[in-house]
Amino acid sequence: MKNHLLLGTRKGLIVCHRKSGGWKIGSVHFEGIPVSLAWENPLDGTWWACLDHGHWGVKMHRSTDRGANWQEVAAPAFPEGKEIKEGVPATTQYLWAMSHGGADHPNRLWVGTIPGGLFLSEDNGDSFQLVESLWNHPSRSQWFGGGFDHPGIDAIFVDPRNSDRLLVSVSCGGVFESTDGGKSWQGRNKGLRADFLPDPHAEYGHDPHMMVAAPTNPDVLWQQNHCGIFRSVDGAKTWADVSEKDGPAKFGFAMAVADDKPDQAWVVPAVSDFNRVAVGFSLCVCRTDDGGKSWKAFRNGLPQENSFDIVYRHALAVTGNDLVFGTTTGNVFFSNDRGESWQVLSNYLPMVYSVGLAS
Amino acid sequence: MPTVRFTYALKRFFPTLREMEIQAATLPELLDEVEAAFPGLKNYVLDERGSLRKHVNIFVNGSLIADREKLSDPIGEDCEVFIMQALSGG
Repeated sequence: MKNHLLLGTRKGLIVCHRKSGGWKIGSVHFEGIPVSLAWENPLDGTWWACLDHGHWGVKMHRSTDRGANWQEVAAPAFPEGKEIKEGVPATTQYLWAMSHGGADHPNRLWVGTIPGGLFLSEDNGDSFQLVESLWNHPSRSQWFGGGFDHPGIDAIFVDPRNSDRLLVSVSCGGVFESTDGGKSWQGRNKGLRADFLPDPHAEYGHDPHMMVAAPTNPDVLWQQNHCGIFRSVDGAKTWADVSEKDGPAKFGFAMAVADDKPDQAWVVPAVSDFNRVAVGFSLCVCRTDDGGKSWKAFRNGLPQENSFDIVYRHALAVTGNDLVFGTTTGNVFFSNDRGESWQVLSNYLPMVYSVGLAS
Repeated sequence: MPTVRFTYALKRFFPTLREMEIQAATLPELLDEVEAAFPGLKNYVLDERGSLRKHVNIFVNGSLIADREKLSDPIGEDCEVFIMQALSGG
């Protein structure tokens, strides 16, 4: 049972506790400091907070006692001489994705950053090294920033059947797979569409906003892309557009898949890349139960007028029947029935960057 | 001997931070000495390249330093160095 909720917000990490079918705000950590990502490592219960100080750079903190105490560790940093592009030195600008390294590597952590560096720790975050193989991938010259100045790694998936198999999602760059523990990488973007490129079917340069794998069948992957919703049933070898043709489920950032049903997934739509507000100023969550063949929009309990809310890519979480999401205008909603109806957790929080469920 | 002072904002992370006199001939040397006294502080002021972070300023005798990349601005024997935050955000 996940009994804690970790909200990474513009003004700190807000921890909520489960209480009689709902959630109650408990403690605030790193008050006033933007928290780009808050995450529990499900393998050992460690809480991680990625901070984006406006002045003092990005920082990383961990807690082994559910937030009672925090320890700052050295955040991922680029080695001397690395450049984002010619003449632009590489420095870590944002911590954007975290993953454990699989049950057979209990001290391994992967971290994705802006400007596109993947970092590996083999000592549970005491130190991080840049994964040079991906940084040196020939396609990197074709990566670029979308919304941020530089590209970033926003999702990392470690295959539970084989921890040497990884998928990372680069916005903008596309999806990359390694089958040798990160020593080499191949693009996995077949079937995606990048309408913002001269060639929408280019091998690289795609913008996966969020990528998730189904826990019960990791060959089923879902992707909320800049240009629609895509699904793969062959471990990212090919992708198919499963966006709704005449409905809201198309553009957005967040994506979640059910713990127990690979064909059940959720998105929270926005109008478009040119108009990033709730569709018709009316917030809904869309769910498919059939692998993206059809989508249902659920609105019960969500604001149906004057809603400017959008949901960032890491701000939608699911466990069992429970879903929680936080919005750019500081609203947090939860559902106990797989998204069919929603209740307000708070309407007065800072902009929400990430929502994580924790034990 | 140069004197170094810090913005009060850094005291949140380094509560015992205080004005110090430091024997140093250059700004990077001075910051290395600060780091020895307050481990981790340099990383709040400089990025991994050793360049001044975007929203941090260093003043030497009241003048903003010119070289934010390598911190090559000269410091004198009895100068005052201020490490300040720029104003940004909301």
